[in-house]
Amino acid sequence: MSAGHSSYEPKSGVGKWLDERLPLPRLMYDSFVAYPVPRNLNSWYTFGGILAIMLVVQILTGVVLAMHYIASTASAFESVEKIMRDVNYGWLMRRLHANGASMFFVAVYIHMFRGMYYGSYKAPREVLWMLGVIIFLLMMATAFMGYVLPWGQMSFWGATVITGFFSAIPLIGESIQLWLLGGFAVDNATLNRFFSLHYLLPFMIAGVVILHVWALHVTGQTNPTGVEVKNMRKETVPFTPYATIKDAFALVCFFLLYGWFVFYLPDYLGHADNYIQADPLKTPAHIVPEWYFLPFYAILRAVTFDIGIPFTNIVLIDSKLGGVIAMFGSIAILFFLPWLDRSSVRSGNYRPLFKQFFWIFAFTCVMLGWLGSRPAEGIYTTLSQIFTFYYFAHFLIILPWLSYFEKPKPLPASIADAVLAKQDEGATSLKPAE
Amino acid sequence: MNLKSILSGIAGLSLACSLAVATGAGSAEAASGYPLKKPREVDWSFAGPFGTWDKAQLQRGFKVYREICAACHSMDLVAFRTLDDLGYSDEQVQAIASEYDVTDGPNEEGEMFTRPGRPTDYFPSPYENDKAAAYANNGAVPPDFSLIAKARAPERGFPTFIFDVLTLYAENGPDYIYSLLTGYGEEPPESIEISDGTYYNPYFIAGPALAMAQPLYEGMVTYDDGSPETVDQYSKDVSAFLMWAAEPMLVERKQMGFNVMLFLLIFASLLYFTKKKVWSGLKD
Repeated sequence: MSAGHSSYEPKSGVGKWLDERLPLPRLMYDSFVAYPVPRNLNSWYTFGGILAIMLVVQILTGVVLAMHYIASTASAFESVEKIMRDVNYGWLMRRLHANGASMFFVAVYIHMFRGMYYGSYKAPREVLWMLGVIIFLLMMATAFMGYVLPWGQMSFWGATVITGFFSAIPLIGESIQLWLLGGFAVDNATLNRFFSLHYLLPFMIAGVVILHVWALHVTGQTNPTGVEVKNMRKETVPFTPYATIKDAFALVCFFLLYGWFVFYLPDYLGHADNYIQADPLKTPAHIVPEWYFLPFYAILRAVTFDIGIPFTNIVLIDSKLGGVIAMFGSIAILFFLPWLDRSSVRSGNYRPLFKQFFWIFAFTCVMLGWLGSRPAEGIYTTLSQIFTFYYFAHFLIILPWLSYFEKPKPLPASIADAVLAKQDEGATSLKPAE
Repeated sequence: MNLKSILSGIAGLSLACSLAVATGAGSAEAASGYPLKKPREVDWSFAGPFGTWDKAQLQRGFKVYREICAACHSMDLVAFRTLDDLGYSDEQVQAIASEYDVTDGPNEEGEMFTRPGRPTDYFPSPYENDKAAAYANNGAVPPDFSLIAKARAPERGFPTFIFDVLTLYAENGPDYIYSLLTGYGEEPPESIEISDGTYYNPYFIAGPALAMAQPLYEGMVTYDDGSPETVDQYSKDVSAFLMWAAEPMLVERKQMGFNVMLFLLIFASLLYFTKKKVWSGLKD
């Protein structure tokens, strides 16, 4: 949409001068003021803006923390405690940053599920979706490395477990692990490179976010009906003031939730063991990642069996490698989502069967998260396997099958029609009350 | 977008969040089934959004730490200067610090020497190093107490941990310490074998028994403010003190939280009405 003509007219002389040389104000105006958004977007569409702000919050608090943090196994734990106790408002920066990571993931999961429900990944928005998956992957890497920095027990053992994945790769795995760690175990070299990368990755995220927003502004937003905008004048509103004020309201509501955790439950989302300094000689009773990784952790541990050629002893993929493949596969599969769901109808609102399977899938993800927090034994392993199977079945079996066999509800002719129908509905349902 | 959809959005958000949290909060010690008993909950002065320190209690707790716990447990991250949080004057802090011997140096002759503590010093450890600590305690190093009130959090279980988000329960640590200290003396059930040199305590987080014998007995520490000199009172006081040691900024944090939340609430309502006004100008 924004690829069309620009309505920006510089008012001042300086504005005109700059516009002819570097039309940055024009770019900003076209992207964040005049950019047309469908007028029927609901609250679930505000999380993109919230995520952008959360990235800024994380970078700002992170830069301040890095001024006081010491990336060394001897001093890291203590330096974090100095931040908490002695640095002016250091406790606030650290709480904002640690809980900010959790809030970032709360928002990104809502954002992703919104995209899945409304079919936002479908043509012509495949690249937009895939850029989002890349951002998600970068976020995961950043969060994981950030969690190692305080050098608590869970930092150290989490890093040991996660970097151990790479040793599962046949032949070259051990060498890769050695190269990644900078030694034979998680140690000073590992901590230093993790700190370096933890500082670098957010800026890479910011770069991909720019591409993500660019791709969005080329195709324009979807909307709850899934019907493309047909009449710009009637069906869209300019980003400013309409979307900006709505996003601002949503952001402040989100900050209330954020503040709730930062000020009153700052350790709720963390792990008590991370208040014990890392000790390579003492394994915690139960190593668990942060809550936002738990579903993937459950998938990792669900593969408890070797895969080989039947009736022989030849093992092709041992359980460790199998688990790693399943875990990375559970994220990689998101890249293919636009081609797995072939239904021509975009929005889940008009897909009665898809809608049910969507919620079953969401439930599956929550259950996998719960199972990730349980020990890998007995009934938990069985349940993890069932839900892991369903996770993949959703993408590989259910979505392709639904694409052909589901009978969608009739689509509204346009966004305007859908909005009017909804207003009528609202009016009739109000009548008895009058 | 109307109010209903906003509310349902917020409800959905909080639901999604608590579901997500559901998976994370209860992760510790899920495997072991310990502690055998859930910690007993104490009504702490620092609990809740308006919680504050009971300074008299912190001073009593500090006395318990100093006279009993400090014989074995270090508190490396706490500096004497921060004791003014407990209501001590500068002179009192100075006096407390000077009661400790601190190793300093090397001096001009290259020798380490001992001098009285200063407010800028940190609590000295009762042992030279971890090896010495382990040697004196049957191989188990007594944990450092600087963060102990945050480093122990028995699992709350479903669905309690969801309600914790709403009731703002965050006193898992001090409740645990209090329960552990008052949890000695029970007869172990016959099914449980207690190995030599360990002491049964159903509140212990990592097993049925721990290497530390019951540390507190009635009348051990003299209180000058007339508080009961009981194990129960000692345990409460020292738990509160350890919470302060682990999170000295707790009260400051909650006070700022109130201002921030109030601001955000007012700001959110202003934005809500502004949004309504802006969107009402829209003709279909």
